[in-house]
Amino acid sequence: MQLNKKKRKSIIVASILTAMLGGGAIVWASDHGDAPAVSGKTTDITDLYVFQSPENNSNLVFVGNVQGLLSPEATKTAAFDEKTLLEFKIDTDNDNKEDLVIQCVPKNGKMYIYGPIKPATVGTTSSTINSDATAVVDITPYTATTPTVAKSSKGIKAFAGPRDDPFFFDLPQYLKIISGQATSYNNPGTDALAGTNVLSVVVEVPKTMLGPGSTINVWLETKQKS
Amino acid sequence: MKKIFYPSLLIMAVSVTACHKDNNSTPTDPNTGVTFAVQGDQVARPGLNIVFISSAEHDKFNQTEPSQMASIFGTEIKNKLLALNPNYTTNKIGLTADQFAGALSTDVLNVSLTGPTTFYDGTHVLTGRNLADDVIDDNFTLIFGGIDGTSNPGLTSDHVDKNDKDFSNSFPYEASPW
Repeated sequence: MQLNKKKRKSIIVASILTAMLGGGAIVWASDHGDAPAVSGKTTDITDLYVFQSPENNSNLVFVGNVQGLLSPEATKTAAFDEKTLLEFKIDTDNDNKEDLVIQCVPKNGKMYIYGPIKPATVGTTSSTINSDATAVVDITPYTATTPTVAKSSKGIKAFAGPRDDPFFFDLPQYLKIISGQATSYNNPGTDALAGTNVLSVVVEVPKTMLGPGSTINVWLETKQKS
Repeated sequence: MKKIFYPSLLIMAVSVTACHKDNNSTPTDPNTGVTFAVQGDQVARPGLNIVFISSAEHDKFNQTEPSQMASIFGTEIKNKLLALNPNYTTNKIGLTADQFAGALSTDVLNVSLTGPTTFYDGTHVLTGRNLADDVIDDNFTLIFGGIDGTSNPGLTSDHVDKNDKDFSNSFPYEASPW
């Protein structure tokens, strides 16, 4: 049993180390730098949040964050990539296949929001913009003192720009535990994400635009122009 | 006479150019018809790819549609759960290893349209994810905490219980950057 446990632990250690090495200097956190093909790139998603609007119970808020672990200095020059699409996928009939999408495309200092709309194509193969934007918002610059918010006639609100990374986690201690260098967390712990920023897109939509059911399933993808 | 004439010609020229440009491209939208063909990253629940999927398969996981994940990654996720906690029986929300792995292996975020949204608040399970939700503690409690969440107390909380900046109750809710 003990041997088995040790063996299992060593497998985990090996995979964690590989993940760290694969990510270069960037260490993962939630989904930050999770995989070689996206780590450190404009496609790297850090987190997805979906919640009922604190301002209005009839609305749902979608938050998609990318390009994490930005220092304040790095944030000054960080920018959304016009070749990278952020796409919220929404399953409205519980088969885990998207029925609606919210697509976010940066262009000339603005973030264009499309949908929620039935996608022209589904799955991981490709995504096409096949509608006009439902909201367009100026990307808030790093130096702005207040976020720029757009409100569309359909009741959609949109924001895009740098924000403090809302994720919090004592990552170093987790790595120590998983590698056998520690047996428990510290109290208090240390937030490894403290002082770091992400590039964030926030879209708030009326729930009536999200299908007839009482629940939805959501995931977030990034895709690039080929 | 001439002085008045020239500016009006200029205005005409500008407006004609603007119309011409609009007619040549999309009238209202610069991205219509644009295709993004190369899959990048994919995320639903926090940490799932990193904690439960072997590093060699992180890219593959990102490129697998959620509806296909259970058949491809279900066994690996269950094995990883039992590797993390060899004493796992059931967790605080009553899921066996098979049930918990089954729930995890389709990586979508379940969201309620009719009630409170939370990752886990002790009552509601997976009805969304708020900015302030302590998803690390929630995940580790369900992995390590045993039948009532009290087992392995050193492993069920990282004791980082909130963000380093306060969130706002006004759109866009996240805090200003550092």
